[in-house]
Order: sequence, then C-alpha cells, then structure tokens
Amino acid sequence: MKLTFTIQGGDFTHAGHPSSEVKKILKQLAIDGKTIKNIVIALYEAEVNVVAHAWKGTVNVEIDENKITIWVIDEGPGIPDVELAMQPGFSTASSKVREMGFGAGMGLPNIKKNTDKLQIETEVGKGTKVKMVNYFS
Amino acid sequence: MNESTKYHALDASKCIGCTHCMKSCPTEAIRVVNGLAVIDHERCVYCGQCHRACPTHAFYVEQDDLDLIRSFKYRVILFPAIMIGQFPERYTEDQIYNGLKKVGFTHVYEVEQPQQVLIDSINEVINDQETPKPAISIYCPAIVRLIQGRYPSLTENMILRKAPHNLAAHFAIERLMKEGAQREEIGLFYATPCIAKIAAVKSPVGESESVVDGIVNMNQLYNEVMKVISDVEVEDNSEQRKNLSSEGIVWSLTRGESCHFGSRSIAIDGIHNAVRFLERLENDQVHGIDFIEMRACDQSCAGGILLTGNRFMTVERLERRAKRYPAAKDISQETIRANRIELKEKLILEPIQPKPHFIFGKDRMKAVEKIDRAQRIVCFLPGIDCGACGSPNCHALAEDMVNNKAKMSDCIFLQQMWVDEGKIKAKKAFLNVQKKWGTDRFKADCNKRGRRNEGF
Repeated sequence: MKLTFTIQGGDFTHAGHPSSEVKKILKQLAIDGKTIKNIVIALYEAEVNVVAHAWKGTVNVEIDENKITIWVIDEGPGIPDVELAMQPGFSTASSKVREMGFGAGMGLPNIKKNTDKLQIETEVGKGTKVKMVNYFS
Repeated sequence: MNESTKYHALDASKCIGCTHCMKSCPTEAIRVVNGLAVIDHERCVYCGQCHRACPTHAFYVEQDDLDLIRSFKYRVILFPAIMIGQFPERYTEDQIYNGLKKVGFTHVYEVEQPQQVLIDSINEVINDQETPKPAISIYCPAIVRLIQGRYPSLTENMILRKAPHNLAAHFAIERLMKEGAQREEIGLFYATPCIAKIAAVKSPVGESESVVDGIVNMNQLYNEVMKVISDVEVEDNSEQRKNLSSEGIVWSLTRGESCHFGSRSIAIDGIHNAVRFLERLENDQVHGIDFIEMRACDQSCAGGILLTGNRFMTVERLERRAKRYPAAKDISQETIRANRIELKEKLILEPIQPKPHFIFGKDRMKAVEKIDRAQRIVCFLPGIDCGACGSPNCHALAEDMVNNKAKMSDCIFLQQMWVDEGKIKAKKAFLNVQKKWGTDRFKADCNKRGRRNEGF
C-alpha cells in the first residue's frame, strides 16, 4: 500500500497531518502501540525538519505485511555535515523557529532513536532525502 | 454484545434519517440504513453527541423504573452537585433535598463529599515517577471509552482512581450500616447527568461490579421533584451535606479537577476538542504537562445531555454555591481518617485495557489489502462528505465498502455518473436511493417530519 503527502516549508500549523494519517492506518492494521508511537514520532520529526528548514517536501509511505518504509524528500538547503546534525542538541534552526517551540536540535537524533533503519542522502543547496524503515513485530 | 449493555437507543417512529447524528459522532459509530440511524454499540463511547444533534429527539436513554426504589427500606439518592445547579434560584438547597425525599428517597447524598481523600490519592499517583505523563483523569467515562477504542496506547496514562460516585456509594453504605441498616435493605440510586455515567455505573471499566442498584435520569428526577417541591421554608437538611466542600461542588465543572494537580495541567471540555488533543498527545507532540482533565461535554458535566438547566447558568450557580462551603482540607472526616488504609485500597481501579475498535481483521496481509482498496475507492468518491450514502463521509463509505457493509452504488454521485454514461438505467438508480432513504422521502409533503417549523 502506498501513500503520498506534500509538506509546505514554513507551515507549522499543518505539520503533523501525514503522521496522523499514517497512524490511523497502522491502528487499523492492529500494529502494537509502541511500534506505532516510534513511527509517528520519527515521521513527525522528519516533517518538522522539512517545515523548519526546507522549501517544500513530499512524504512517500509504503506499508506491507511486515514493515513500513517512509521517504521524506525535500527541496531545501541540504545538510552540510550529517554527522554533526545527528548529534543531540545541534541545531541550525532560526530563532523564529525556536520561538515556536521547535528546533531544539533533537530532530535527527530522535528519528534515529525511533527507527529500525535510517538512511540520509543530502546535497547542499538542493535538498535532503530521508529513508526510514520500521519493522512490525 | 448483549442487550443490557446498550444504554441508549433510537425510537424508529421519531427518526427521520437526517444524518445529523451520524455526522456528529466522534467515533463514526452511526450509519443510516433504510432511512433510519443505526448505532454500532461496539464503537459507541456514550458521549451523547447524537442526542444533542438529533432534531426530533429520537434517541432515548435506558433507565430503571423509579418505582424500583420502593422495594428497599433505605432508599439513597446519590447525585452529583450539578443537580442543585439545575433548579431555579428561588429554591434553596434544603427545599431541593426535601423535594427528593418527597419523591420517595429516605437519604439524600451529594457524591462529591469525601473530596480530600480523592485529591490526596490522585496526587499520590501523579507524584509517582512510574506514572506515565501526562496522567489523564478517568472522571469522564466517555473519555475513558474514547481512549480505549481510539487511542489504545494512551490507556496506560489513565489514573487508576475511582470517580466520586463510587466513593460516595461506599460512604453512604457505611453510614447507614452504622445506623443499623442491613446491606440488602439499602437501595442506592444514582441520578445521572449523561449516558456515559449510566454505562460507567452499570458496566464499569476497571471494576468487577456495579456499586449502585439503579439509575435515575436527572431530567426525569428534576421533573418529579418540581411536581412536589415546597415553596415555603422546610426542615434543615444540612447534616446530610456536612462533608461537602467547595472543591467538591465544582469538581464536575471545567478545571474542577485540573486546578488541584501537577505543576502544569490542562483542562479540555467537548468531545471533539478531546479528540484533537488526544491525537496530538498520541503523536508525542505534548511535552511537560503532568495532568489532563478531559470531559466529553462542553462546560463539562454542566453540559450533560440529561440536564434541564442552561449549562452556563448551572456553572454560575455552582461557582457561587462553592464560595459558601469550606475547603476540603478543613472538613474533619472522622470515618475517613479511621478507615484510611481500607479506603486507600477501595479507591484503586483495576488496570484499564485498550479496546481498539478500528481494526480491519486479524490477518494483517488481508487488512493491508483492504485498506489499500479503501484508499483507491476514495479516489472515485466525490469527497464532499454529504452523507447521502448513509456513511458519515466518503472515507468511511470506502471503508464500509471493503468491509462489505456498503456498495459503490450507495454513492449518489457515482450513480448519477453511471446513469450519464449509460451504465445503469435511471429507474434503477432511483430505486437504489429509495431503498436507502425510503419511498416517502421523495413525496411532496409539507407536514413531512423534519421539514416544517424545524429550520433555524
């Protein structure tokens, strides 16, 4: 099963729609609560990353019997140093974003913590592609 | 599910199959079939939105026969303080108590009396590091059922402490037995402001059995009391509410609980507000909050569907009344202190189990296929959520289809398109709609139910 959503950069009001939709489907599939929570947290963080940093993005979701694969692809500034960005607390978010309660530098670390597989491809000035896989127990 | 667990039902002679209830239901538990609303009791959380939305008052609430009380020697009416707020200002608390006695009760007991015990007990749970945060109150039974069904992962955040009516029932029995009554001579009746409380009292979640012997709907009790209430001064009944505190009186109002707990707390009223917030909470988008009070009705219990008074007037009267009563901590409750340990155990609820009600069957492979099919069906539906198919929205219709509860031709837009494309005959299409909504639906009739004098 495939799902596609679009994300608008800067639109914090509507961040969270893809994660809610994915959550609804996972509940219908009777996936256990803990796994759902991990997936939803990771996806939401990825969404907020796009909203906070990029210009626009897409979320592609593929669900099969055993796993969920999510691609969050954006057109944005890219991540110059992925290793640094993976460190808890490191943030490049603007003060405006921080004032809204986002940008604490926990995005990528949180995604990593909540996914079974994480793959990041990025190109400075062009965009970032995040692939997350979670297996159902 | 057996008959006795349905606490509200639909009067088919009144239902006009208008879709209002179906569209207001927070769990999509209603469909219109053959021109009548049908409730899926597995999904229903007893929030009462459908009662509120129904223009013809077709929903009714099951209740026990008031004559049932006659079979007991000691007849106790337990009621939340909200009840007092229903009556016009000119009646004093004593006149209301007196009226309840005239109706046939021997003892009158407002449930929010041992409040300090409850406050202490809930604080103990919240202060426990092990308790998942934010801790969620179980005070509103509709919210408990909503979480069990729609937000199963949040069941572990619920505070396993009983609601005031359980505590009050326990104290009422204790007090009467001290006066020499036998347990079987005591009949406990609970005056309820809503259906959710009926369900909570009759088939409690997290308790082995119901504490009361019968339920009285508050609006019916109000009418009974108004028939006999005295206009002159009556005897003083204040002894019966000597443990009532200012906190107890406003407990059932919005912020009545949340103001006592945690360093950061939130109070939410209205079931659709609760749904939106629980969605966020489940997505882990809420941080730093210790306690959440959540009630299904707007203005909390003052907005209960079985009430007579205006909810805002009720709130105002209760808030004023609360000012005249002492603080809970200043009330000396000898019996409570003496039985502290025993009481502590009585307060605890069994763990509340999740009861997810949106699952597409046990076989995950098939479930994935079904959901996938539903997603594809949605592409063909108009997306205006008109409800003319008998499902609350296009998405729900698609889900009903893959669960074999509806068919493509239920969508009047698709049908219209098929007629245009010559795929089906106009006559056949019309018959389909008639089947869904009844043949009378299409006749011109100025006295048709739900038409005349029933607009804005």
